[in-house]
Amino acid sequence: MSVVETTRRGEVAIRGLSKSFALNGQRLNVLRDLRLDIRSGEILAIVGPSGCGKTTLLRILAGLEVPDTGEVLIDDTPVHGVGTERAIIFQEPRLLPWLTVLGNVAFGLDVRGDARTYAEEKARHYIRLVGLTDFENAYPRQLSGGMAQRVGIARALTVQPEILLLDEPLGALDAMTKITMQEELGRIWREEKVTMILVTHDLEEAIYLADRVLVMPKERGASIRSIDIDLNRPRDRSENRFVRQRKALLHDFGLH
Amino acid sequence: MTIQSIDTSPLRRRHEDRAGAMPGQRLTAMGRDVLSRYGLLVGFLVLWQVSAKTGWVNPSIFPPLDAIAAALWKALASGRLVGDVAISLQRSGIAFGAAVVIGIPLGLFMGQIRSVERALDPILQLFRQTSALALYPVFILLLGLGETSKIFVIFWATLFPILLATIGGVKEVDAKLIEMARTFGASRLTVFRRVVLPASVPAIVVGLRLSATTALLLLIAAEMIGANKGLGFQVMNAQYNFQIPLMFGAIFLLAALGLTANAVLVTLQRRLCRWSEVTR
Repeated sequence: MSVVETTRRGEVAIRGLSKSFALNGQRLNVLRDLRLDIRSGEILAIVGPSGCGKTTLLRILAGLEVPDTGEVLIDDTPVHGVGTERAIIFQEPRLLPWLTVLGNVAFGLDVRGDARTYAEEKARHYIRLVGLTDFENAYPRQLSGGMAQRVGIARALTVQPEILLLDEPLGALDAMTKITMQEELGRIWREEKVTMILVTHDLEEAIYLADRVLVMPKERGASIRSIDIDLNRPRDRSENRFVRQRKALLHDFGLH
Repeated sequence: MTIQSIDTSPLRRRHEDRAGAMPGQRLTAMGRDVLSRYGLLVGFLVLWQVSAKTGWVNPSIFPPLDAIAAALWKALASGRLVGDVAISLQRSGIAFGAAVVIGIPLGLFMGQIRSVERALDPILQLFRQTSALALYPVFILLLGLGETSKIFVIFWATLFPILLATIGGVKEVDAKLIEMARTFGASRLTVFRRVVLPASVPAIVVGLRLSATTALLLLIAAEMIGANKGLGFQVMNAQYNFQIPLMFGAIFLLAALGLTANAVLVTLQRRLCRWSEVTR
């Protein structure tokens, strides 16, 4: 399914990106001459085995790592370091334990120097969106893993980014919570119309959420494949076409 | 910090306890609580009093508690001991205050800059492991027998717990939280103010509590060695003059001072670290 492009906000262009690390005295090419365009409002899932460079790619997009060569353009502007048009949701919620849920969600606007009342009003809106209104004054240690992760999501949304970068955001959750949260992410995306780049090792999650799945192979030199997911939303995991899509992806990884 | 399920949260549990119990039950529960906590202490005091009265122990060395209380009251009411308390508080207060004012900012600075911390750590460890009392003669040589050397020896001993706790607190701050703050565009100063500083508070408060205990310890030692005023001097002086009830009175006064200081800091800890579990 294609998203109607009314604005060009949140468009990503990746141009010849390479990155290598030194490991035990050897150069390890994690990314090699990667080229990719991500449409405004698209959900792109990046899947692949551990060590394929998917998290490195996300961290470069976030501005937390610098590529060896190549560049990333967001709405035609090159990325240098972190930027307020992007927000990242990590695998761990990374909440500040001394702040309440409200304080944590308002944190992004707070550090920008927005007025406290404005930041809290905005934060309350997104706390409602992730269904935590009753826990506004709770401290992080009082929350379950799923709730804490939702706080992290609300915190990222509160700064109203054009691009949401998600680094295995549901990886640490149990199977049931995970499914609920996947549905929630889908709903948030429909309401916020934000470009989402989702790194995951969960193929079902990728098919459930994404417009396009980028398959990054473990073997260096093997080509990165891009697969369009042409399923209607909201998607049904038990539907035939969904299952076929999943099978095809598994096949891609040499699994059956 | 680990994430706990809402059901096992201490806050929630306490709340349910309060809501669930009947007033009568609550009172007995409270009584049992007090008894289990202070029973042994009361028993000890009773044993002391009875042993001294019946002569199981030599009452001229262990006077009964009422004699101690009377001696203490007399000394305080006549104003004799008040001046000593004041000067003791002044000595330890100035030293502790100086250690806080110097130790916390220095520790925050050192903890942030790895190379500074690395370079200073060995010498800090050496200073810390050298008993401040062993250095007291050196301080007397340098600063004379007056107030300055006494305050300085207390300052010296209290500085290190605060400094090392602060450095430790800053170093232990989760790098992932700092990275999170950076992704929202926080500057170095903002990261420091909004993440590093609050994250270090529990460690700093633990350092303050350690230091407060050390301050009183060193105060007494310094006053016993070369002073003619102060509670430590009074303990020693009463013993020389065989005013044993007064001696014990001064000792109890010191204990009360220590307990008060600790209570103040525990309150501070509760207030500042409500979010964490380091309330010991």
